[in-house]
Amino acid sequence: MSHLTNLTLKVWRQNGPQDAGVFETHVIDQISDEASFLELLDVLNERLITEGKEAVVFDHDCREGICGTCSLMINGVAHGPKRATTTCQLHMRSFSSGDTIVIEPWRATAFPVIKDLMVDRSAFDRIVEAGGYITAPTGGAPDANLIPIPKPVADAAMDSAQCIGCGACVAACPNGAANLFTGAKIAHLNLLPQGQAERFKRTEAMVETMDEFFGSCTNHGECSAACPKEISIDVIALMNKDYRSSKFKNRKELSRG
Amino acid sequence: MKVDSKIPAGVLADKWDNYKANAKLVNPNNKRKFKVIVVGTGLAGASAAATLAELGYQVDAFTFHDSPRRAHSIAAQGGINAAKNYQGDGDSIHRLFMDTIKGGDFRSREGNVYRLAQVSVDIIDQMVAQGVPFAREYGGLLDNRSFGGAQVSRTFYARGQTGQQLLLGAYQQLARQIGLGGVRLFNRSELVDVVVVDGRCAGIVTRDLLTGDITSHAAHAVVLATGGYGNVFFLSTNAMNSNVTAAWRAHRRGAFFANPCYTQIHPTCIPQSDEFQSKLTLMSESLRNDGRVWVPKNIDEKRPVDQIPEADRDYYLERLYPSYGNLAPRDISSRAAKRLVDKGHGVGPLKNGVYLDFSAAINRLGRDVVEERYGNLFEMYERIAGEDPYKTPMRIYPATHYTMGGLWVDYELATTIPGLYAAGEANFSDHGANRLGASALMQGLADGYFVLPYTISNGLAPLLGKSIPGTDHPAFKEAENEVKARYSGYVHKNGTRSPDWFHRELGKIIWDYCGMERSKEGLEKALGELPALYEEFKTDLRVTGTDEGVNQTLEKAGRVDDFFQLGMQMCQDALTREESCGAHLRVEHQTEEGEAERDDDKFCHVAAWEWTGEPMNPTRHVEELVFENAQLATRSYK
Repeated sequence: MSHLTNLTLKVWRQNGPQDAGVFETHVIDQISDEASFLELLDVLNERLITEGKEAVVFDHDCREGICGTCSLMINGVAHGPKRATTTCQLHMRSFSSGDTIVIEPWRATAFPVIKDLMVDRSAFDRIVEAGGYITAPTGGAPDANLIPIPKPVADAAMDSAQCIGCGACVAACPNGAANLFTGAKIAHLNLLPQGQAERFKRTEAMVETMDEFFGSCTNHGECSAACPKEISIDVIALMNKDYRSSKFKNRKELSRG
Repeated sequence: MKVDSKIPAGVLADKWDNYKANAKLVNPNNKRKFKVIVVGTGLAGASAAATLAELGYQVDAFTFHDSPRRAHSIAAQGGINAAKNYQGDGDSIHRLFMDTIKGGDFRSREGNVYRLAQVSVDIIDQMVAQGVPFAREYGGLLDNRSFGGAQVSRTFYARGQTGQQLLLGAYQQLARQIGLGGVRLFNRSELVDVVVVDGRCAGIVTRDLLTGDITSHAAHAVVLATGGYGNVFFLSTNAMNSNVTAAWRAHRRGAFFANPCYTQIHPTCIPQSDEFQSKLTLMSESLRNDGRVWVPKNIDEKRPVDQIPEADRDYYLERLYPSYGNLAPRDISSRAAKRLVDKGHGVGPLKNGVYLDFSAAINRLGRDVVEERYGNLFEMYERIAGEDPYKTPMRIYPATHYTMGGLWVDYELATTIPGLYAAGEANFSDHGANRLGASALMQGLADGYFVLPYTISNGLAPLLGKSIPGTDHPAFKEAENEVKARYSGYVHKNGTRSPDWFHRELGKIIWDYCGMERSKEGLEKALGELPALYEEFKTDLRVTGTDEGVNQTLEKAGRVDDFFQLGMQMCQDALTREESCGAHLRVEHQTEEGEAERDDDKFCHVAAWEWTGEPMNPTRHVEELVFENAQLATRSYK
């Protein structure tokens, strides 16, 4: 175990959604390289409280990289420099003594800043509420082994289902698009036999809700590169394909009705 | 006051069917006349809220997170048990029941546990129908793995992210109901008080974490699915925001708190690496399926780990417990690790861990198979510890993980306050003195999907046509004023120390004296130190900022306050339970080999504590446990 010394933190402070924000500079004299990035902020906050100042507000919870609560643009990169790693799992060994570290909230119109580094990601919930589920009321489910699912299909669904809903994809996207998030949920459900009944209705509703809040995808691929769960950009292709199909199928249904 | 578990009559296997057959129902048209509040959106809360809304009740769901999907159920890794017997290896409802009773060291209720085993099979069906991508065999059928405390493979899993997938399943059902208008969601809202009018729960008071506004909510029934209290230890595998406040505020209003000293220490966590560490990370117990636990025989071992020959390694779980080996239950594995580390056999820079070694599994199965089973866990380990577990054995050590104790509930999951229910980890009901692996997810979903919808209808039916107190009732105003005074009090103390500082000090006391091993002497010492520290907290706390708008320091202060009061009760519970059982090991009550010695004559009961207004002086009530089917026996995993 060794220590990093003389770190300069430039932290975004913003009192409320309507207020102007500023960078505040703090120097951390010494910290263990075993510390996590959020523990660095804990140390800073403890010091601020001792000095009678308000602690820096940031969202965090499980600190195991699974709840998706933590965020942060670190030196302009969503979740910081380490690939496939959430901010809470980023450790100080990824930095060097003397570094200047710039810490900002997610940058996206659809995720307004609440305070300091905390943003509002509830637009993600609206997308799921629009159709990110399989209608299966409690009680009527058939035996779990009634419908075999080929292993590659189950695995592919699981690959997409791993999304933690952190929003790094949106923050990294130059357009502020949520196609990777939405595509991941659509791919998870649309690949499974249980998801077929609502496949096209789901896709149409989710995509159109997404478009109400987020920017448009122009295939930069930043989302997938920033994703801590390494969700493949293929899910966007699948989503687009199903969306196109849904417009045809649903048009037929409309003409019947 | 007598605590009545209300276990239905009849033979064990028929109790739940008898209950359902006789439970009162609410007509579909009348369900919408009832408002149910569900606090917490983890497995128990999300499943309860979604199911109650599907049935037609008006549901208000509360979470302090920004989204229901963040609840800490999401972090469960290994799996969920169910008595499906898909492997044809001799599993049955009765066997899951027996394993759970035995695993809980005969300190849980037969009726509740049997029901849990019964509905376990429905959970898997339900979750598959929702699209949970459980692991499968090449033929397309569901795969299973084995887990500690069982000799069958009954654990269903989704890689190392079973909790995530189950929670997302439940969250999606909840989201569907939110979209349809069946559930109103209050996010970033924390329960800060429970309101009781004429002996019945009338609703809750919440604090909006974005504005600091204090608001009352009235309902016909309130469900607390607010998780466990493991963060009383400060360092635990719980998420940073997990807390006891909802359960504790209900306790202070009259809900009994049961067996607070039953706290589970999980054997496979990454050891602490420095003093300002904020939390510990669990590595799934499923790793013990293929990993072998060992320490060097020589306490002065200096050779690199790969150069220590077999003869100089002590595979102590295989040696001490040959029939269960590395899959011995959590409490037993944890204590074995602690004893060896205390003797100086620990490994790693701080000599505070034991090895969990996969080299034999990699040789036997190949790296690909090991990667398939545990790949994400290995990656997580490497990120945190900075070592590659494919090459170097993992270092692990026990850490607080789960709390078996919680709000006392009867068979209907009703607390001692009529109209107030507790589900999931927040209640005490099914795991006795020790929970088996992969049973927490099972219990959360059982409570939410398959138990509460029946018992709540039985409780609401008699209320049809009767009016309930609204939020204009003086009791709500009184509670709101108390809450406002409490939170503005924290802000205006102007002391010198942060809530985190007090939390850390509190955690040290609880871990040292009410952790893996407890003694009369230590507990009495803790009970001397805690009130003194609590007094300091009341006078020397410093919370910067105001009680309006976002203030995470203030949120923490309220939670630490309640942890203090809980901590005092935990130590009293541990002190008065003069036996060892499950996770509760009293050093005065152990065999020469260090195994727990139960005292069934004096302590075959649940301790249910009643709040008296003074945290150091609660009243202890007793619910005798009756075993008609399982035979009281000494737990042996040898």
